[in-house]
Amino acid sequence: MRHLLSTKGLSQGEAIRLLDIAEDMADVADREVKKLPTLRGKTVVNLFFEDSTRTRISFEAAAKRLSADVINFSAKGSSVSKGESLKDTAQTLAAMGADGVVIRHPASGAPHVLAESGWIDAGIINAGDGTHEHPTQALLDAFTIRRRLHRGAARGKGLDGVTVTIVGDILHSRVARSNLWLLTTLGAHVTLIAPPTLLPMDMSGWPAESGFDLDAAIDAGPDVVMMLRIQQERMNAAFFPNSREYSRRWGLDDERFGRLAPTTIVMHPGPMNRGLEISSAAADSAGSTVREQVANGVSVRMAALYLLLSGDREDS
Amino acid sequence: MSSDSTASTPYLIRGATLPDGALTDLVLADGRIAEIGSGLSRAGATVVDAAGLIALPGLVDLHTHLREPGFEQSETILTGSQAAAVGGFTSVFAMANTSPVQDTAGVVDQVLALGERAGYVTVQPIGAVTVGLAGERLAELGAMATSRARVRVFSDDGFCVSDPLLMRRALEYVKAFDGVVAQHSQEPRLTEKAQMNEGALSSELGMVGWPAVAEESIIARDVLLAEHVGSRLHVCHVSTAGSVDVIRWAKARGIQVTAEATPHHLLLTEDLVVGYDARFKVNPPLRRREDVDALRAGLADGTIDIVATDHAPHPVEAKDCEWDAAANGMVGLESALSVVHAAVVDTGLLDWTDIARVLSRTPARIGRLSGQGQGLIVGAPAELTLYDPAASRVFGRGNLAGKSANSPYLAMSLPGRVLATFHRGYATVLDGALRPAAEIAAVGGRTHG
Repeated sequence: MRHLLSTKGLSQGEAIRLLDIAEDMADVADREVKKLPTLRGKTVVNLFFEDSTRTRISFEAAAKRLSADVINFSAKGSSVSKGESLKDTAQTLAAMGADGVVIRHPASGAPHVLAESGWIDAGIINAGDGTHEHPTQALLDAFTIRRRLHRGAARGKGLDGVTVTIVGDILHSRVARSNLWLLTTLGAHVTLIAPPTLLPMDMSGWPAESGFDLDAAIDAGPDVVMMLRIQQERMNAAFFPNSREYSRRWGLDDERFGRLAPTTIVMHPGPMNRGLEISSAAADSAGSTVREQVANGVSVRMAALYLLLSGDREDS
Repeated sequence: MSSDSTASTPYLIRGATLPDGALTDLVLADGRIAEIGSGLSRAGATVVDAAGLIALPGLVDLHTHLREPGFEQSETILTGSQAAAVGGFTSVFAMANTSPVQDTAGVVDQVLALGERAGYVTVQPIGAVTVGLAGERLAELGAMATSRARVRVFSDDGFCVSDPLLMRRALEYVKAFDGVVAQHSQEPRLTEKAQMNEGALSSELGMVGWPAVAEESIIARDVLLAEHVGSRLHVCHVSTAGSVDVIRWAKARGIQVTAEATPHHLLLTEDLVVGYDARFKVNPPLRRREDVDALRAGLADGTIDIVATDHAPHPVEAKDCEWDAAANGMVGLESALSVVHAAVVDTGLLDWTDIARVLSRTPARIGRLSGQGQGLIVGAPAELTLYDPAASRVFGRGNLAGKSANSPYLAMSLPGRVLATFHRGYATVLDGALRPAAEIAAVGGRTHG
């Protein structure tokens, strides 16, 4: 694997291979010494043009557990905020000998441009580009679902027949887009539930059902309910009247949570707005995977870094 | 050949094909078309063998960004004029979004003078509708109309005159001097942070969409305003099928509206955005195949009156970046005729007489530009271009004559090639090559007297 830019292009075989490697990486986390020498001497740059402490430290932990050297490059307070272009930043990192670049950027396609431009020869991992994709989040979500369903016998398996309902701001969610492609590639059935204002204008090409009615979606008995964060900036842009109304119609409150089967997996990519899109009872329930998702994120990112940076990066 | 001999030399064009298919010779002398017929001869004339070449009246572009004054790193009036000549144009209307903005008589006269000094084409300035393109109060439209530049086309292009009252006043006011308001139809609130056509692809890519309704709603409002106050409206760069429908409806009602489509909206579709190559970022954005087909049909049935390039040069750094940070716009003068050839001639929708209409006669008429668009008739100003329709080329950097290389057609195969362009009777392009600036300035200066 040369780069990891999106889940849309991932084949089922590639996805399962990555998840299986993540299982191996998760085993490392259970050891007394949580470190592998695999990427010793490699340099991974976390190039973050948006604030995201969670994602950045997850990648940092993943790289360090593989013994890579990690450089954190935040756009804030750097030359980037003084108008340095993506091109100049990339060429600077190339000159410093970066082997891998983990990029978070507000513009859709920025990781793709970085990978295709010839400005830098490093392997590129998309850590979230605009409202386009966030492939490692989807991979960790798939990994989490697979582990919950299959426990210690998850290796080699997909998500055939699993029903996943994703609820919230689909329009602006790179998590939803990456999950849509990956989960369906793995055999799951995806349903997207949101206010009409927060669904993309044209989803005719999306392999998913969509609707506005969370209650009907709950009553359909999905295997997984994934709640998405409502960003503060949506509150004042006429996407919905106010947070109370949103919560009443599209929040996983205690009453809706109570109607779910006890085996239902409740997910949230974090950070949560407790009491808005998800109640505390749901977030802290036995069905909730919120903390597992964080732990699994490190394993999945280790797998991605391993596939991109160990050995001959040119092979498949 | 020295510049002096070029200046005084008549041209005898042999065996050209007129737009209607007739074969003829033409003699150009003293800045005019002196003779048209077969078997012509003229002592001392430079003979141009035009066998197999179509003679078109000099092309007129109602929508060009020449960038000077203010953005000379992208283009100058000289380099933009050269790009125009290479594309077969003999006149361009220079959009007002310069710095300073072309919103006073002083600036438009300066642009006019720089165009005359360059000498490749007639540079006709467009005046801003509002001061500084800010959309707040009217610029001195009358002063620009009565200046030496005789401005008749007014546009805030790049920005929409979105305030309905201001648009009404502008439409009314320009009646005093037979002017026209050329509107950049873009509802600003519906297109905040917009990056590409809104639809299935923008949904997948997670890019903020530029919805068709943001264009169509402004056109609908403006045609009704134009009807209400009895004024002339011109719609810039129509890009959607719905816009074509609205304009067709307005014309059927007798509203005085004209409309343009760009070559790129007649050929390219939004699918090109997928690779995030910012050369394909343009405003209005590339649309769906259905929109391209509707624009072509609209051009064929006269709903869309003209083709205009929206030539928009940008320096390398404005395009060599992530999509959101890139500037909108494409250069288009050099490629326009070939692109129109591919989009509507090769597809059988328009013939070469139609091309002469949509790229020469009608744009000159909309812009009230004398000395252009009069066609190939004896006594008309010698404004013409010779085009080889049988040629084919992979369009490359070497085919661009302006300062900027942000062409969407690089590495694309395009039909046809401009082999000669004549402006005021002298050659600006000959044997497929641009004539040098010093020569053109010398002969051009003389013909202006």
